[in-house]
Amino acid sequence: MIEVLPRNILRFAVLVFLQVFLLNNIQLSGFINPYLYVLFILLLPFETARWFLLFAAFTLGLTIDIFSKTPGLHSSATVLMAFLRPYVLNYLAPRGGYDPGTYPRVYYYGPGWFFKYASVLIFIHHLFLFYLEVFHFYDFFFTLWRVVLSSAFSVFLVVLSQYFIYRR
Amino acid sequence: MRNLFRFITRHHFVFLFVLIQLISLTLLFQHNNYHRTVIANTTRSIKGVLNTRIYTLREYLSLRETNKELLEENTRLRNQLIDSYKTTEVPVEKEFDSAYNKQYEYIPAKVVNNSTNKQHNFITINKGRIHGIEKEMGVVSSNGVVGIITGISQNFSTIIPVLNINLRLSAKIEESGYFGSLFWEGKDSRRVSLIDIPHHAEVSRDNQVVTSGYSAIFPAGIKIGTIEDYKITGGNFYKATVELSTNFQNLSYVYVIRNHFQQEQIELENTERYD
Repeated sequence: MIEVLPRNILRFAVLVFLQVFLLNNIQLSGFINPYLYVLFILLLPFETARWFLLFAAFTLGLTIDIFSKTPGLHSSATVLMAFLRPYVLNYLAPRGGYDPGTYPRVYYYGPGWFFKYASVLIFIHHLFLFYLEVFHFYDFFFTLWRVVLSSAFSVFLVVLSQYFIYRR
Repeated sequence: MRNLFRFITRHHFVFLFVLIQLISLTLLFQHNNYHRTVIANTTRSIKGVLNTRIYTLREYLSLRETNKELLEENTRLRNQLIDSYKTTEVPVEKEFDSAYNKQYEYIPAKVVNNSTNKQHNFITINKGRIHGIEKEMGVVSSNGVVGIITGISQNFSTIIPVLNINLRLSAKIEESGYFGSLFWEGKDSRRVSLIDIPHHAEVSRDNQVVTSGYSAIFPAGIKIGTIEDYKITGGNFYKATVELSTNFQNLSYVYVIRNHFQQEQIELENTERYD
């Protein structure tokens, strides 16, 4: 088993690479933009210090921002998501809490739990990101529709990744 | 203090989040043209609304003073009415011809923006081209000279007031009739300087300084201020410090002066210059 830190650094690099060079170039029917990179925040261990969570989210967001030339946009949304992660985890905790030595993954807590966990956080992230990007409310429902479709697609990719890469 | 630290450490997660979020948003609003423009536009319109509100409030608060000023002005004007003078003349029938010799016309306006704390102060009023305002018109308040119109739009005009280091006015001492050049040194918003008064002129404290009427902008004899102090500079001329009669800090109503003969005078003077 690979150690936690190198494993996460590797995951960070791979996700940023995928996002920047592959997913950012895919725009399904013009307005669906999946953001898979948030998977990094989702998969951090339960015991991660909360301050580290924020810094990691900021670094991740800023890295994506640098490549997509939108400084502050993704970092802001990702930091918000990281901030809410402990509360969401708390809310979804199984009776008796999370077992030590486990990670927030389908393998340990099942697809239902993981789906709820991922979709809540991804929806919040996308909601904040898309509205911050358009920065007005004139086309409120159009933007909301984009948020919903993109979130669905991102959740789909995130859950899928669990079955393809992280089976163990 | 101890409690404050405890409070911060207990909620460090929230504080850290707010801090990092602020950094992100600062980045966003400073380095993305689109977001920066939207923010700038929003603040500008909010500021506009606030300014109007504040001005309405201020106007309300100074109603008593404005009333007093208007009352004084009314009294002064009433005193100038023919009816106020006792006449021994036997009245003969006379036709009133309004086009006969009316040279100056006054257009009332309200101040909507004003500054007194810069070197280049400006005043904005709520009358513009559609109200007949033109460039180079003089502006006075009930207390004295205010400035000259420099910019006009459809509904608004800007005034370059006496309190702007670029403005020079021709002014004279009412008692002796000697004239000089009046300008602001950019320091005290209550005082201006009057220079080029010849040293043989009789000058004393409390002399009234009024417009000279030479410039075709202001009628002669409009109050500017009172001489507070004077000294000889450069050997031949007096330099006087004049305390302004207009208080620019609470200016709210002004009159723009239209000189019906301004065009004629300027044209004539220009032909003289070319000869």
